[in-house]
Amino acid sequence: MARKLLLEHINVPDIHTFDVYRQKGGYRAVEKALKTLTPDEVVEEVKKSGLRGRGGAGFPTGMKWSFLAKPEGVARYLVCNADESEPGTFKDRYLMTHIPHALIEGMIVSSFALGAHTSYIYVRGEMMPQIRILEKAIAEAKNAGFLGKNILGTGYDLELYVQPGGGAYICGEETALLESLEGKRGNPRIKPPFPAIAGLYGCPTVVNNVESIAATVPIINDGGDEYAKIGIGRSTGTKLISASGNLVRPGVYEIELGLPVEEFIYSDEWCGGIANGKRLKATVAGGSSVPILPANLSLKLANGDPRLMSYESLSEGGFATGSMMGSGGFIAFDEDQCIVRNTWNFSRFYHHESCGQCSPCREGTGWMEKVLHRLEFGHGKMSDIDLLVDVSKKIEGNTICPLGDAAAWPVASAIRHFRDEFEWHVNEPVKSLDTNYGLANYAEPIAKTVSTEN
Amino acid sequence: MSDKVKVTIDGITVEVAPGTTILNAARQIGGDIVPPAMCYYSKLEGSGGKCRTCIVKVSKGSEKDPRPMPKLVASCRTTVMDGMEVQNITSPEVIEARSGVVEMLLINHPLDCPVCDQAGECDLQNLGYEHGLQKTRYEFERRTFERIDIGDKIQLHMNRCILCYRCVFTADQITNKRVHGILNRGDHSEISTYIQTAVDNDFSGNVIDVCPVGALTDKTFRFKNRVWFTKPIDAHRDCPTCSGKVTLWYKGEDVLRVTARKDIYGEVEEFICNTCRFDKKKTADWTIEHPTHISDTSVIASNHYDTLKPLPVIQDNARLQEANRVELEKTTKF
Repeated sequence: MARKLLLEHINVPDIHTFDVYRQKGGYRAVEKALKTLTPDEVVEEVKKSGLRGRGGAGFPTGMKWSFLAKPEGVARYLVCNADESEPGTFKDRYLMTHIPHALIEGMIVSSFALGAHTSYIYVRGEMMPQIRILEKAIAEAKNAGFLGKNILGTGYDLELYVQPGGGAYICGEETALLESLEGKRGNPRIKPPFPAIAGLYGCPTVVNNVESIAATVPIINDGGDEYAKIGIGRSTGTKLISASGNLVRPGVYEIELGLPVEEFIYSDEWCGGIANGKRLKATVAGGSSVPILPANLSLKLANGDPRLMSYESLSEGGFATGSMMGSGGFIAFDEDQCIVRNTWNFSRFYHHESCGQCSPCREGTGWMEKVLHRLEFGHGKMSDIDLLVDVSKKIEGNTICPLGDAAAWPVASAIRHFRDEFEWHVNEPVKSLDTNYGLANYAEPIAKTVSTEN
Repeated sequence: MSDKVKVTIDGITVEVAPGTTILNAARQIGGDIVPPAMCYYSKLEGSGGKCRTCIVKVSKGSEKDPRPMPKLVASCRTTVMDGMEVQNITSPEVIEARSGVVEMLLINHPLDCPVCDQAGECDLQNLGYEHGLQKTRYEFERRTFERIDIGDKIQLHMNRCILCYRCVFTADQITNKRVHGILNRGDHSEISTYIQTAVDNDFSGNVIDVCPVGALTDKTFRFKNRVWFTKPIDAHRDCPTCSGKVTLWYKGEDVLRVTARKDIYGEVEEFICNTCRFDKKKTADWTIEHPTHISDTSVIASNHYDTLKPLPVIQDNARLQEANRVELEKTTKF
């Protein structure tokens, strides 16, 4: 059995309550940090752990914390990014629902390390149940003396607030999140300055993902060195993976980084294989924004080595073959799934969620969606395929925030790896329209892209 | 120790104050190496970074960290570092990306220059001419809007808006009550007033001047004439509200339009009040100064003769000569 740090007590009844969480060793990290460590020592432990941001970018958390400007007399803020809303990613919601105190404990430890006395958990507006759960948990922690004035008699004060978000995907981008938190339209800011210098209300601010903040609890409890022993290479610790698609057992899993992708998909401990005995056609390893990989490259690198669930392995193989760990939103497609339809679906999402500030994203996401719609519904032209590649190139890297890249990558990678299928949609518009057809039975070119190794 | 930083743009080195953006450093050199800007407006705080037409390649970050920047950057919002090297017109990557941006901007902007009041003064028209394709690859229906009168003097034609946000910044920063902004998101975004309220305050007319395309127009001038048939004259008056320094646009003896004076980058020198703009259209209201200088590159310059000279920046630089070969050939012909 794999080691679990965040979901260790997930099956304990009423673990969402303060009393049960405390009985299971909860809030030890707060006691240890506030009573025996200095803020700098907490930062040092997180640095030693090698923890990388779990929101998608994978930037080292300890290093991010050390960038925080510390001018005298100016407030500093910690903001938890709980705006999770990318298709395929639902692990933060799971954590907040079932073990809210893990996040609150992490917020106290992290706020102490950063010298923040007011912190916010910014939750996507639609997640009302999670907002209520967190509010209740904060009240419990405050009653027990873990929040408010003079926490545990250490002289450290912290107020923690839950803020419902604007209900837009873009509000998960850290600077758009800060704009939204300030009560403005959720448009990304142009960087620099980065939030570590001028963030919330112009003050130094750290924005961290739910899972990253929760991971500071086992890091402080066991020590950064101990945490760094888990995992592989620069991918240390455990990671929550939200697995969806055509899997026997989709769900949220905690894995030790470095687990082979093949084992994750086919082992009974994890996803239990592809549903209905079908073959694997493709995977999206880290949420809808990362490049899609065909079955053979999902399981093996270009040089034949097994692909591992780690930041490095999933991106290896060059841009032409690599993908990304992203937020850990793992989606599996079986052989009957239509890549064009799926790409259109992703594209539809990014078109809908573009904030509209910068021209390439505002206009380009809509353009791609319309062309994909045309291809999927039997009106496409062969030239549309190259047009899509070209438009995605025009968006990628030319926008204010990464939403442009997130919109471009799924389209570009789908065409790179499944061009046959796009061409089939042009050549066989009637067959491709019928979603009841098993694609593998009717599209000979598509079968070529399906791995025969599993 | 010098308090200036050195930056090299397209092979030309200039010393600028720390904190200067690449765009403004390029403007200190002048000529064709100045990136275009549709949303940046030096007089409006926080503007820029949105339209992406000013993107450039930073091939060397600084003397201390010579690594190139991984992506093209918006020159209007990226500050220079000592030893930075930037490529604008000498980078094929930049030219291609910029043409992509122009293509995107033209998706929802009609090419109705023959009837648009901004024709002849339109930055997008110039940009489209320099970087645009001969035909569009976009085959879908464009978005359309009804024209809206926002107040008795200004008309909003959202069809033409490229969402540069300049008018929103203007209303935010120089008027005392902003009643318009951006509604919706993505390509559904639109400039609108709060339930179609009138924009009515002393400086509201400036939103017309900052609009780079023909989305916000002066109702007192609409369709009265083509701008290149008018004669711009600098004039001033003793105004209690603003500086009173304006440009009068004459047709014969009639003043058809009054605007703020603009610099070589098409940005107003000083914002003017609505009284000067809309209510003072008699020559007797003004002290006439001299004909407004119009750049050779503008269509408005036709009938306002001026000698066409090759830009000095280009004359001494072989790389720039090559990059500007087409333009230079035109110059030689003249």
